Amino acid sequence: MSAAAIFAKELRAYFTSMLAYAVLSIFLVLSGYYFYTNLVFFVLMGGMDLPRGLWQYQFHDTRQILLFVIPFLTMRLFAEEKKLGTIELLWTYPVRDGALMFGKYAACLAVISLMLALTVVYPLLLARVYPVAAGPLVAGYVGLFLLAAAFAACGLWASSLTDSQLVAGTVTLGMLLFFWILTWNQAAASEWLIALLTPVSLFDRFHTFARGAIDLKDVVFLIVSSVFFLALTLFTLESRRWRGLT
Amino acid sequence: MITASNLTKVFGTVTAIDDVSFHVSAGEVVGFLGPNGAGKTTTMRILAGIFPPTRGAASIAGHDVLADPMGARRAVGYFPEYAPFYPDLSVEQYLRFVGCLKRIARRRRGSAVADVLTSCGLEEVARRLIGKLSKGYRQRVGLAQALLGDPPVLILDEPTTGLDPEQVVEIRRLIASFGGTRAVLFSSHILWEVEAVCSRVVVLDAGRVIAEGTPEALTAKLGAHHRIIVRVDAPRAAVLEALAEVEQIRTVEPGPDALRIVAETDDCEAGCRALAEAVQARGWTLLELRHEPLPLEEIFLRLLRRPQELKS
Repeated sequence: MSAAAIFAKELRAYFTSMLAYAVLSIFLVLSGYYFYTNLVFFVLMGGMDLPRGLWQYQFHDTRQILLFVIPFLTMRLFAEEKKLGTIELLWTYPVRDGALMFGKYAACLAVISLMLALTVVYPLLLARVYPVAAGPLVAGYVGLFLLAAAFAACGLWASSLTDSQLVAGTVTLGMLLFFWILTWNQAAASEWLIALLTPVSLFDRFHTFARGAIDLKDVVFLIVSSVFFLALTLFTLESRRWRGLT
Repeated sequence: MITASNLTKVFGTVTAIDDVSFHVSAGEVVGFLGPNGAGKTTTMRILAGIFPPTRGAASIAGHDVLADPMGARRAVGYFPEYAPFYPDLSVEQYLRFVGCLKRIARRRRGSAVADVLTSCGLEEVARRLIGKLSKGYRQRVGLAQALLGDPPVLILDEPTTGLDPEQVVEIRRLIASFGGTRAVLFSSHILWEVEAVCSRVVVLDAGRVIAEGTPEALTAKLGAHHRIIVRVDAPRAAVLEALAEVEQIRTVEPGPDALRIVAETDDCEAGCRALAEAVQARGWTLLELRHEPLPLEEIFLRLLRRPQELKS
């Protein structure tokens, strides 16, 4: 019940602060622009192998936009409560830290889901003029959601570390960018380092989904990543027991 | 209702409170005094369930804060210093949210919110955003959230900080009205306020309880702290000299105005009698002889000063 109350309050905060509208519209404008250019590119140059071509590009581009917008959705979740001091009050109500965290995380995931759901309009538009197979799309969206959930968990943790939204947002963006470029420079990095980094790169796990397939290993990896960051968040919240409120 | 036994809290290398013990019974309003940094807020945070003590035990309405933290939190209403709030929620939305978190059943939530809106005088602003309210109203919202769900224990950390005198009086009246069956622990460093509201005080300094009891009992413990105001129709210097010789009187000082003299004694009645006799013996007329309890402020200062005095 308390997690549900936190969820409802956070969701309302997203929409009354206009943050959700701002993030949603920017996300839709950018992903719409990508869809348009990708479509034009494939119609002119690449033929119409949609799963191999158009959707793969589209999902990879959407992934990049998520990287930049999710820090804006997560940065205030705990940092604002810490700044206002309201977190101190929440800790005196019969609410467990876990319920507090899940309420906030779920509200963020709800906004992300809405954001992704609205992009379904692109394949629907295309389907009016050209047959679109649903399978690869489902795989791509599952991948996007799981990846976004891991991003959000990472951002939630950063937000629990500080009372500054700006710091929380910057740290999240930094971490996500780091996960992204981790495996870029394969030529320059030594082989053993690449072997070490590739398995933990959130982004490399996305390739299979974008190609239209769901690999259980990747699903498990992304869920474990989320759980890892949620555990760190919980640990950070609990650290007040020996650090006090700073 | 509130029991603290040998509470100690250590943050890293800093000992915030050390072996703090006290008790607050139902129906009591207890003042929690001490200079800034004495450990009042740390103690209150432990009692409110924000973090556990490093050593020692505390219980709220019979719920141990370590063994049954959720039970203890359910029994406590807490008001933190600088009443925090969500600026973009209305008073009513906020209180409903708190009611939900305090696990007040849905069908009783509406009436519970209405009750605290009434008792804290917030009906008129129920639909306004908290961020748009004056400081005094926000402070009342803070008290309302503590009161919501009718907890048997209230812990209020400096609820009158930053208010204008009129608002202070109102908040004080509210706090006094919270008494009744509840146990209230109320911290402040404004002493006349504590004196007006509390039946007993616990004094904390440098993380330790240095005194506990009613203001009168604290006075008695300090000894030599009955204050007698004397006014005699004779030259002041002569009167001061004459009264200083009286055996039962410890100190004699010129009073706050040109006419009166302040004497201090261990025994109020014997002191008064000896003073009256001394005045009469010299053929002067006694115009005023009045016993005045020591203001809490002064007891407090003396308590704080005493350890150093003892050391030196």
